[in-house]
Amino acid sequence: MQRPTTDQIWEWLDAVPDPEIPVISVVDLGIIRDVRWENDTLAVAVTPTYSGCPATSVISFDIDKALREHGLKNIRIETQISPAWTTDWLSKKGRAKLEDYGIAAPRAAGGPEHCPRCKSTDVEKISQFGSTPCKAQWRCCSCLEPFDYFKCI
Amino acid sequence: MTSPLFDFLLRQGDNTLVLGHRVSEWCGVSPVLEEDIALANTALDMIGQTQMWLGYAGEVEGKGRTADNLAYLREAWDFRNLLLLERPNDDFGVTMMRQFLFDAFHVLILKALESSSDTRIAEIAAKSLKEATYHLERSRETVIGLGDGTAESNAKMQAALDLLWPYVGEMFVADDVDAAMVKEAIAPDPSTLREAWDAIVLPSLSEATLTVPEGDFTHKGGKNGTRHSEHLGHMLAQMQILPRSYPDASW
Repeated sequence: MQRPTTDQIWEWLDAVPDPEIPVISVVDLGIIRDVRWENDTLAVAVTPTYSGCPATSVISFDIDKALREHGLKNIRIETQISPAWTTDWLSKKGRAKLEDYGIAAPRAAGGPEHCPRCKSTDVEKISQFGSTPCKAQWRCCSCLEPFDYFKCI
Repeated sequence: MTSPLFDFLLRQGDNTLVLGHRVSEWCGVSPVLEEDIALANTALDMIGQTQMWLGYAGEVEGKGRTADNLAYLREAWDFRNLLLLERPNDDFGVTMMRQFLFDAFHVLILKALESSSDTRIAEIAAKSLKEATYHLERSRETVIGLGDGTAESNAKMQAALDLLWPYVGEMFVADDVDAAMVKEAIAPDPSTLREAWDAIVLPSLSEATLTVPEGDFTHKGGKNGTRHSEHLGHMLAQMQILPRSYPDASW
């Protein structure tokens, strides 16, 4: 088989959904740090979002599976912890998809810009922790809906 | 005779492992749902950090032990965690006070370790610091909220502080392992962190309308493994039973 280019690989990886937030891809999430060929082996460097995130091993498995489905055989998935993952690496496309899905995108200010549903800026924090390590729970004081906020780290 | 670096890494990993396990004991039985989720997430972060510390410890030791081997197959006297962290959870107030006292120390030591001469340690510290920072934010706010709360919550937080205060000193006691780390610019002398710790903790306790107990008696023997409390063995019995009873069990 012809060796696919790394651009092609990135495109394939962009179709691998995050297991916890399936509307964004692992590329959108910014956790793919490097894709390179080492002779006949494709090395993919993945960084964990949070050190204890249980999705990390599922993500590696999903990446491996997706690449095999595209015909690759020799794949090495490396865990890279430095530089530490930051929400600055979320893609623009990913941020927009999060909002559409009802998850407020991270902001350096430490809280959501507005309620992802009704867009009201009258929002309050319920808890710094949410349904996954990367999210916090907030509530809209206008439409009263609770929503997830993607924590900024 | 083990290497000081191995001991130092065990100390970091055992601190996060033992506290992470303790905090995980709240899963499903916390006072309110939000706190249940918060405690479970905090525990998860600390177990994740443990994998990095103990994983590296196993490599440094060079006997093929993995993070799991070190976590599940050592006896109580081989653990190098602070005595504070093996204390039982008691009530929610004690749990949050213990978390706050440790988080303040954790943030400070991780900040110092970010510039460790050992690159791997610096990387693990940088990763862990992001998590420890928001752990501290939450535990500090919770201690203040409960301390400066109702008469009952204030009394419980004061009792928690009185109970745990004699365990604070061990965080700052330096020994031979610390001296060896300082010599190679791997880690700071923990006694130098006390001033910065006081600057975080004392104003917060004051804001929480709590009184710091008098006296400087310090329980010691956790970080060097010479005198763990009876609580650690009970905790390990529960934590380790599955891999010890079913050695090759896997998901």
